[in-house]
Amino acid sequence: MEYEFHWNIVFQKMPQLLNGAFVTLHVSVLSMLIGIAIAVLLAIAKMSDYKLFSLPATLWVEIARNTPALFQIYMAYFGLGAFGIHLSPYVAVLSALVFVNAGYLTETFRGGFMSIPRTQYSASRSLGMNSVQVYRYIILPQMFRRIYHPMTNQFVWSILMSSLGILVGMDELSGETQRLQSLSFRTLEFFMVAAVMYFLITKLVLFSASLVSQKLFKGDL
Amino acid sequence: MGSSFFTPLSWNDSGFILTGVLNTVTISLVAIIIGTLLGLAIGFIRAEVSRFSNMLLGGVLDVLRSVPLIIQLILFSTYIGAIGHPLDPFVSGSIVLSLYTMAFMSEVFRGGFESVQRSMITAGRSLGMSYWQTVAYIRLPIGLRTVFPSWLGVALSVIKDSALVSVIGYMELLRTSEQLISRTQQPLEILIGVGLFYFIISYPLSLYGKYVERKMSI
Repeated sequence: MEYEFHWNIVFQKMPQLLNGAFVTLHVSVLSMLIGIAIAVLLAIAKMSDYKLFSLPATLWVEIARNTPALFQIYMAYFGLGAFGIHLSPYVAVLSALVFVNAGYLTETFRGGFMSIPRTQYSASRSLGMNSVQVYRYIILPQMFRRIYHPMTNQFVWSILMSSLGILVGMDELSGETQRLQSLSFRTLEFFMVAAVMYFLITKLVLFSASLVSQKLFKGDL
Repeated sequence: MGSSFFTPLSWNDSGFILTGVLNTVTISLVAIIIGTLLGLAIGFIRAEVSRFSNMLLGGVLDVLRSVPLIIQLILFSTYIGAIGHPLDPFVSGSIVLSLYTMAFMSEVFRGGFESVQRSMITAGRSLGMSYWQTVAYIRLPIGLRTVFPSWLGVALSVIKDSALVSVIGYMELLRTSEQLISRTQQPLEILIGVGLFYFIISYPLSLYGKYVERKMSI
């Protein structure tokens, strides 16, 4: 059997698809920003000597890293209902992505921090810098270089995983595609366009990230 | 409470859940095995061929990595259906998941093969080894040794990603749990059970991966 492609309907719906792509970017950027903020706190907590802080942080990290993202979205969307918390699809997907991002980024931050020898700290202190200066001028800049690339990857991962919003009826790119194809039955065409759009978004993000890194880390070895 | 309209979770459901568990394990194993073999071959080819063919091959793999798995699954099963050869969800799920795994595995193995110093291969050749002998006795053992932690990382992510095969109708763990949820209306208990299952598989293995990595770095 031969399948006949009808692209017209897809191009007519382009504004909606682009809107969906915007929501995809929106939710992933937001999930990264909140995820980074939480991850900084979790990384500090995880390195703490007090079990009271390190244990919950470890628990968060391990749960986020060892369960499927789809499970976390279901947990946010259906599971929290048991506590009388009913999240909208957008908030459910956002909180699941924040949860995972924070978990993964904690390890990234911790690894980046640990990779800088403690001797640099003592050396800078002995040169007369105070603690804030050491972090501001010595430790954080080096750390940022090391975590930049993993952070970019995490961002790309967030974009790809936000496609799970399709399963809870969110209006990001996949969900919007699903809704539009169900109205026209041009499933193949719509999802092919969505695939191309995801590919382009990912490439665009990676390209701009490498441009930024060239600017930021100019003169590095 | 209106919950009396729904039948609560009971021991009779354990068989149903077990099927889901087994299906998750099956499709993950299939994808990991096929994906590893294909990835090994492609990783080797990519470490070996010229820049140009590498770019072509890399482009295809890049698409597999840059399009969400869920879209790939929907596209593949719709396409197969549209050209008139619908496949069993397990088969189409395995194909897509294996190719997806392959895309990541090939990068892992490529790195391993490229880490083998050129001079070692030259030395082997000059000792009278054939091309394939250098592959079997030098490149594979040395190249594969270092990649185990990354291989394990990819394998674990495949187990987690296998949950997505539920969208094309494969009755893996998350889908069985979803059906149980809609019948029992007890989302929390069921989902916690499901999460525990993934965690129990994934956590010890990830610890082991970290342990091996630490041991190798010293």
